[in-house]
Amino acid sequence: MNIIVCVKQVPDTFEVKIDPETKRIVREGVESVINPYDNYAIEEAVRIRERFGGKVTAISMGPPQAEKALREAVAMGVDDTLLLTDREFAGSDTLATSYILSCGIRKLKDFDVIVCGRETLDGSTGQVGPEIAYHLGIPYITYVSKVIDISAGSIHCVRLMEDHYEEVRTKTPVLITVIKEINQPRIPSLKGMLKAKKAVVSMCRCCEMDGEKCNYGQEGSPTRVVDVWTEQMQKDGKKFEGEPEDLAGILLNELKNLGVV
Amino acid sequence: MAMIKISHDKCTLCGTCIKECPFDAIEIKDDKLYINENCTLCGLCVKVCPEGALEKEEKAAPRTDLNHYRGIWFFAESREGKLTPVAFEMLSGALKLKESLGEEVSGVVIGSGTEGFAAELGSRGADKVYIIDDESLAHFQEEAYALAMAGLIEKYLPSIVIAGATMMGRAFIPSVAAMVRTGLTADCTGIDIDPGTRLLLQTRPTFGGNLMARIVCRNHRPQMSTIRPKIFDEAPVSRDSKAEVVNEPFDPSAVKNRVEFCGRQKVENMVDLQESEVIVSGGRGMKEPKNFALIKELADALGGAVGASRAAVDAGWMPYPHQVGQTGKTVKPKIYIACGISGAIQHLAGMQTSDYIIAINKDPEAPIFRVANLGIVGDVFEILPALTRKIKEKNS
Repeated sequence: MNIIVCVKQVPDTFEVKIDPETKRIVREGVESVINPYDNYAIEEAVRIRERFGGKVTAISMGPPQAEKALREAVAMGVDDTLLLTDREFAGSDTLATSYILSCGIRKLKDFDVIVCGRETLDGSTGQVGPEIAYHLGIPYITYVSKVIDISAGSIHCVRLMEDHYEEVRTKTPVLITVIKEINQPRIPSLKGMLKAKKAVVSMCRCCEMDGEKCNYGQEGSPTRVVDVWTEQMQKDGKKFEGEPEDLAGILLNELKNLGVV
Repeated sequence: MAMIKISHDKCTLCGTCIKECPFDAIEIKDDKLYINENCTLCGLCVKVCPEGALEKEEKAAPRTDLNHYRGIWFFAESREGKLTPVAFEMLSGALKLKESLGEEVSGVVIGSGTEGFAAELGSRGADKVYIIDDESLAHFQEEAYALAMAGLIEKYLPSIVIAGATMMGRAFIPSVAAMVRTGLTADCTGIDIDPGTRLLLQTRPTFGGNLMARIVCRNHRPQMSTIRPKIFDEAPVSRDSKAEVVNEPFDPSAVKNRVEFCGRQKVENMVDLQESEVIVSGGRGMKEPKNFALIKELADALGGAVGASRAAVDAGWMPYPHQVGQTGKTVKPKIYIACGISGAIQHLAGMQTSDYIIAINKDPEAPIFRVANLGIVGDVFEILPALTRKIKEKNS
């Protein structure tokens, strides 16, 4: 079985702090990491290989230094990697990004399952996975919490909806986006880390793909960011200390004022 | 290729843009400003440059004749034969756009057994309702719903399409956007019409809410967004308005990539956090799974739902669907009560836009107090039972 996992390198926003004086994002010492959701996707791709056999290829689009994220994927058990990197790709929105990734995936030819994280930490759109499936003309299932079986050209899994889970089945090749509940990503083994160190990350520039250039980068992106600003959520809230009974009384009064009691 | 253009004669190398760039994409090389491959063309540097030395070069030809597109559409999401509250919230958002744009507001209903939906949407202010009712659409599936919606868009050419950023909306709307080849802005927290250009201004948080972005879709139609639940109040029922109804057929054989529904697993106590007006959440400070009973009792007394921080979910104290924050759900209730939650940035990202935030924590320095409207410094194990008791006394 050929399994593909899509990976994005993101700034580690868990570390992001706002400077209270300048109200700017403090970026010193912010590392780039694998998008946290993609760790679940990588783990699931490797588990699918462990259960059903085959090979896992991790693919990413990004600047050359995103190869670090692909190396980390190798450390977690991925067999092969492909990085799509070109200045032409800069400024891509989700439509262009998904188009570029689908061109890269087509280059890999045969695939049965594509695994994506639910969304990325920086953009949080969750749109790239479904849009890749559209470009490739294959079915997709979002928010997968469990892969029950993949056999005889079909996949059977459980997906999360707002207030319930659903069991669904569709044919392969398929794209799934996975949620945190699906697994516990492994810590890379020493062997894995050595393999990652030696791994050669294949780089692919735009001229090596069959896609139409007008669909790449900003030219292929219908949306434009016209303004960005940092927002301070700081509130001038009241703060109370004291005896539990008194504090509970303050809370009760406030809840009364808010009309819920 | 689009890029940021630097006027080196204006640039004083003051470094403002270097400090502001969220992507580490600007550096000084050979005494000159240089933009490296990390650049995503976000344009923040253009905005902050005190000398006006930076400019964003735009190059994109209009691909669609935009004048044919008219009307504001919203997806009227339904579950189990009922319109969801988010359907009425989207209607309310669409009506707000109508005030500035003056174009007709239409709802799109997709499903099976949708009798009464059009009347309900009409009574709340929709001018028109498009209905695609087919047995094959009884259960949600991405491609079928996307084909239904994309078909309507291609036939009737609306200029704006909005949908709730629910699991259903975020699952199939991206396919719709790709099918009709237009832009889509995810999980918006604000929408407005630019009075000059009459474009849809879409505001959304990125970087876990640390950075806000305004996004437009200039040369493609429709302009599409998914919008976070609870941003708009539900459109109220107004007495005597009625919607024109347009029934459209659906051809199930057009669905090439069928996803077959095999069963539903209802989970006990599983609530839709995003629809709750009151959420009481517990974190690491609850110490043990059994202490979540205190959270549950308070939530019950307030008619609210139970949330949990990542720490509490990772420890196995609460199941994942209850998790609030960056890797869980983003919520915006009327009242959010954080109990024993320190307030890590990834938790704040999921709840800081709540209307009113109450924090109970024994550490007066806990970051959660920075976003709280009301902070209570004290022991949750003493305060929660006392509060629940007082509420019950009051109610009885």
